[in-house]
Amino acid sequence: MTTTVLTPSTPATSQPDAVVGRTRRPQPRIPLTRIIGVELRKMFNTRSGFWLMASLVITNVLATAAIIVFAPDDQLTFDNFAAAIGAPMTVILPMIGILAVTSEWSQRSGLTTFTLVPHRGRVLRAKFLAATTVGVVSMFVALVVGVLGTLLGSAVAGVDPVWNVSAAHFALIVLGSVLGMLFGFMLGLVIRNSAGAIVTYFVYTLVLPPLLGLLAANQRWFADVQPWVDYSYAQRPLFEGTLTSQQWQHLAASGVLWFLLPMAVGLFVVRRAEVK
Amino acid sequence: MLDMITVESLTKKYGRGMTAVDDVSFTAATGRVTGFLGPNGAGKSTTMRIIVGLTPATSGTVMVDGRRFTDLPNPGTEVGVLLDASAQHAGRTGREILTLAQRTMGLPRSRVQEMLDLVSLTSHEADRRVRDYSLGMRQRLGIGTALLGDPDVLILDEPANGLDPAGIRWMRDLLRGFADQGGTVLLSSHLLHEIEVVADDLVVIGNGRIVAQGTKSDLLAAAGTIVRARDAAALAQAMESAGLTFSGHADGSVRTEASPDRVGEIALAAHVVLTELRAAEGAGLEEMFLELTADTQREGAAA
Ligand SMILES: Nc1ncnc2c1ncn2[C@@H]1O[C@H](COP(=O)(O)OP(=O)(O)OP(=O)(O)O)[C@@H](O)[C@H]1O
Ligand SMILES: [Mg+2]
Repeated sequence: MTTTVLTPSTPATSQPDAVVGRTRRPQPRIPLTRIIGVELRKMFNTRSGFWLMASLVITNVLATAAIIVFAPDDQLTFDNFAAAIGAPMTVILPMIGILAVTSEWSQRSGLTTFTLVPHRGRVLRAKFLAATTVGVVSMFVALVVGVLGTLLGSAVAGVDPVWNVSAAHFALIVLGSVLGMLFGFMLGLVIRNSAGAIVTYFVYTLVLPPLLGLLAANQRWFADVQPWVDYSYAQRPLFEGTLTSQQWQHLAASGVLWFLLPMAVGLFVVRRAEVK
Repeated sequence: MLDMITVESLTKKYGRGMTAVDDVSFTAATGRVTGFLGPNGAGKSTTMRIIVGLTPATSGTVMVDGRRFTDLPNPGTEVGVLLDASAQHAGRTGREILTLAQRTMGLPRSRVQEMLDLVSLTSHEADRRVRDYSLGMRQRLGIGTALLGDPDVLILDEPANGLDPAGIRWMRDLLRGFADQGGTVLLSSHLLHEIEVVADDLVVIGNGRIVAQGTKSDLLAAAGTIVRARDAAALAQAMESAGLTFSGHADGSVRTEASPDRVGEIALAAHVVLTELRAAEGAGLEEMFLELTADTQREGAAA
């Protein structure tokens, strides 16, 4: 191939100096808080995102109503409301976590996002903090709905409200729900495709536990190690409200295996991968 | 005039010996529109993605205003980028997409409406979801996003794609005005007429390598001579024996690197009657483009 290079490539025609380089004052770096604000906004400003958020509140109210209507009077206790409200939350929050990351790739909006903030680590940190904020706030919304449900339910039934969930127990439930959400976030980061990450999430939550349970029932050695290596198994005590120090260790060990390690790999890959 | 964008020995290899960009160096200067041309798959978009840090380079460096793109504190306010107008969340409204960029850059809210007015998207259209936008509307939104931060540099990958004639005219005037005010424009396009009208400098690439670069006037002047004879075979023979390289076209014209002066002499000596003899610059960018990239064209010997 012949190469016709006309050097110098910079043209010789001169331009008046006045038009050269517009002066501008040095700019501050974009603060992380601003990126978090933008990431929070992104979680609400699509139709699907909006309805996902709305469904958190809607399922809270529906679950509460169902308890009031169907549960016998002596079951109108706060822990029952909490459990009914918590169940849909543990499904919806991980979806929010997944989509917070994958939409940048599946919808390709990352082209703009990562050009305006050319530091993927910072964007992902902002997303992580935004998702965590949504998780914690939504748990407090659920708390309010649960309290109202308990008050209303016991008033309707004419019994005294039963407050049988301590603040410490609630804190553990919040932790468990947020961990579930962040697991979704991690899957989003590793898989970077909405459909793929969602399917993987359901395989992990619906298919894997019974299989591991079967394995533990039949294989003595696995029954012994399961608490250490099975993340969802190790998370269960959080929702029951008490953890022994050994159960905390189970949570930490399996969390490293199922959450921190894949997260680190995902971060490593994403920061080097091409966005297109 | 300053070199605002400096690309040096840029190489990008994808696995298995695929080299998308091969040792590419060029600059884009302030006050100028630099047209970036090449056939499909030549490596234009890849180069532009590398410039803004979306794709890591295998080797080589890119500087924007003397810094790496990732070192710009608030890139959107210095470099306006449009790489792919369709790469937006389909479920967001146009106004939301601009608002997200406005917030990220920390600009006043009024900028969003200003940009919508600038790119002629009505309020009604701005509140529709991008899923329901036409190609040209997406392109307008993308141009609005690029201009939002009032940047000094514009990097645009086929921005005229999908614009209607009035939109293309508007775009051309916009880029000209932007450069005349001291801005820097790096623009890729397959609409050679657009490039020919608006660009000051050209960078032509084929198969990942630069095949020509320079000012538009230099490149077009270097394009040689167009000649046509009553007896085409006799002309071909005369030119061949004079040692000129040339290529024939379907319309009977012949093009050569030699000057019109020299071609005229040869024809006179061989007693060949010419029906046309002119410098090839009038033939324009399309001729030059097809010739320079002939080796790398999909269509084979198109020139
Ligand atoms: N991820 C990838 N893996 C392998 N090859 C790739 C990848 N991305 C791009 N390429 C190749 O790199 C080359 C350059 O592509 P690029 O998109 O930069 O071309 P272009 O000049 O923008 O073309 P067009 O005019 O069609 O837009 C193409 O051959 C393309 O197939
Ligand atoms: Mg391209």
